[in-house]
Amino acid sequence: MNAVAQYNFAYLDEQTKRMIRRAILKAIAIPGYQVPFSSREMPMPYGWGTGGVQVTASIIGPDDVLKVIDQGADDTTNAVSIRAFFAKVAQVETTTHTADATIIQTRHRIPEKPLGQGQILVYQVPIPEPLRFLEPRETETRKMHALEEYGLMHVKLYEDIARHGRIATTYAYPVKVEGRYVMDPSPTPKFDNPKMHMSAALQLFGAGREHRIYAVPPYTEVVSLDFEDHPFTIQHFEEPCALCGAEQVYLDEVILDDRGGHMYVCSDTDNCEERRSAGHVGTLGMQEAAE
Amino acid sequence: MSQDFSHQDPLLRVEGLTKYYGSRLGCADVSFELWPGEVLAIVGESGSGKTTLLNSLSATLEPTSGKTMYRMRDGQWRNIYDLSEAERRFLFRTDWGFVHQDAAMGLRMGVSAGANVGERLMAVGDRNYGHIRSTALDWLGRVEIAADRIDDQPRSFSGGMRQRLQIARNLVTGPRLVFMDEPTGGLDVSVQARLLDLLRGLVGELGLAAIVVTHDLAVARLLSHRMMVMKDGHVIEAGLTDRVLDDPREPYTQLLVSSILQV
Amino acid sequence: MTALSVQNLSKTFTMHLRDGIILPVVANVNFELHPGECVVLGGPSGAGKSSILKMVYGNYGVDAGAIVLQHHGEAVDLATADPRTVLTLRRDSIGYVSQFLRTVPRVSALDVVAEPLVIRGVDKAEAQAKARELLARLNLPERLWSLPPATFSGGEQQRVNIARGFITHHSVLLLDEPTASLDAINRAVVVAMIAEKKAAGVALLGIFHDEDVRTQVADRIVDVTAFAPRIAA
Repeated sequence: MNAVAQYNFAYLDEQTKRMIRRAILKAIAIPGYQVPFSSREMPMPYGWGTGGVQVTASIIGPDDVLKVIDQGADDTTNAVSIRAFFAKVAQVETTTHTADATIIQTRHRIPEKPLGQGQILVYQVPIPEPLRFLEPRETETRKMHALEEYGLMHVKLYEDIARHGRIATTYAYPVKVEGRYVMDPSPTPKFDNPKMHMSAALQLFGAGREHRIYAVPPYTEVVSLDFEDHPFTIQHFEEPCALCGAEQVYLDEVILDDRGGHMYVCSDTDNCEERRSAGHVGTLGMQEAAE
Repeated sequence: MSQDFSHQDPLLRVEGLTKYYGSRLGCADVSFELWPGEVLAIVGESGSGKTTLLNSLSATLEPTSGKTMYRMRDGQWRNIYDLSEAERRFLFRTDWGFVHQDAAMGLRMGVSAGANVGERLMAVGDRNYGHIRSTALDWLGRVEIAADRIDDQPRSFSGGMRQRLQIARNLVTGPRLVFMDEPTGGLDVSVQARLLDLLRGLVGELGLAAIVVTHDLAVARLLSHRMMVMKDGHVIEAGLTDRVLDDPREPYTQLLVSSILQV
Repeated sequence: MTALSVQNLSKTFTMHLRDGIILPVVANVNFELHPGECVVLGGPSGAGKSSILKMVYGNYGVDAGAIVLQHHGEAVDLATADPRTVLTLRRDSIGYVSQFLRTVPRVSALDVVAEPLVIRGVDKAEAQAKARELLARLNLPERLWSLPPATFSGGEQQRVNIARGFITHHSVLLLDEPTASLDAINRAVVVAMIAEKKAAGVALLGIFHDEDVRTQVADRIVDVTAFAPRIAA
């Protein structure tokens, strides 16, 4: 433990935290706007959540309770190591229970359980610029944001429908925030887009490699882009979770054997566990019980 | 070439337009007026200042001095260099078009033909996929691109097709003024003829005002009502296209006209 | 009343590519044209007949003088008019049948003929019907109507050109050798068409080398040699 005592609280030095907090405040003041910040080297590679970690490090206090999820799960390598990181450098309490957490750092999911006031959701963002795929020039995309020229975003959706007969974008689905900025909600499934709308929680987005922070303050309008005759819809699953029987949640497909056997289970592991301990049982769960 | 002479007000009023690059002259003291439905050709050889003039007229370049007054859709006269960038870009998405010599500069090569045409509609707020698509189909037909190519990217198009797509992309919002920079440059002669005929038809049908930069006098003859001959940054001769070509006054214009290859 | 009045017109060419030599073409051209008459410009080749016709149409500039045309009841000087006015005059008041057809790629003979009416705002179907009527009268085979005239023979092209010139009701019509490449039957058709224009009050100014046609259509002959410039020694 002495070795880590040399680090400042939550790893980053106070000057850096102040700089990042200023960026966060600006981001909150201009919902959906990408605020540049001076991203630091972190003790993990880019792509492992350096942006999210810097945001979390800048807002976390000794009384916070931290939850980290990776694709909805609390128990993957990335989630476990980031949780361990903050337990070590900030000595904060950690949890896997959504309701108990004050800060939830996430890679590409929003918990199924609605978030409440006082909670903060920190997204790890690989590519913050939604216009980049069609307009590679950063000077031009900034101008387009500034002048609210968002026709290009619909060009992307048009291409989807022309090619697939429907809007085939299923993740990183572009949204318009508070009627002004178009924002990439990070590669979360579009299933989660409606949860961002009018959320009681503060949502912060950190892109470490790209040096950008943006935010959606509580109770902000977040609208998924679409066409009148091809309205936005979320994914629909044919069967409930095999373990807890949950419907209207986001499911992952799990391959069971090499003969085509598979099952759908909750992506949000905490929500699934909670349901099972409350007595909900899915089709496979019953089999397990019977065996 | 039909021309609607009932419009009494010009669309564009250019006054003393001058552009220097440092101490080097781009174009000097150019003044003219352009009316709705009128096609003006700017001819001259490379380095004569015609592209500088076109870029200044389209606000792509800021001139050193002079004004370009444009009559906006609401009837207001505005100096285009005093417009805010947002206004200027809006003008370019709606009321103006720009056809580049290199179609790749005027198209999005990575999205389908339909989206290339539809982009301007979406940019002005059209949010109905069916409408955007049927409008795109209509325009592809007008520029003679087969309907079954609507979902293909322009990468797979020939030079002539790309140029026609670029024209459709520009005209879909019903602009009043179109700038063209060597629109037939680099195309095979037979492809050029088709494009010219198409442009001539569209310009007449839509009553567009157009400014066409070309070094090809045949293009000027076929497309334009009036022409200006440029040399060393100056307009040395201007007037009715057939008069300038059939009765050229200036030594340089005579040289230009006499240099046309006869077939 | 005068349909066209040419006053003190003079014209020289300066050939800059040939050491700036000055070629005088005509000087002090004076004549008038009245509604319902056909005036023929006479004189040998090179006397400036074609140049006069081109100046009257605005195709050549003039050095001095006036070309006064009646346009919607107003006298307009075409010699000093700006390009827009010249184009308006050509659309509404003065027509021209040139010696050679300037073909536009891909445009059918029928549309070439109908175009002057379309430009004046006539419904396209109506203009094409009128064009068909004229082409039939000039005995142009119907199978050619939908083809671009670029590959037509000289006589066929000339008939397309005549139809295009005669389709409108311009008050002044200029004719530059309209019958040069025509056979006797079609020459007779053109002569009859000219007579009809005259009867309709159109003022015609033409160049006809064909003696026979000339005597049939001309009310007056203006001898262009009278306008020969005095060559400076």
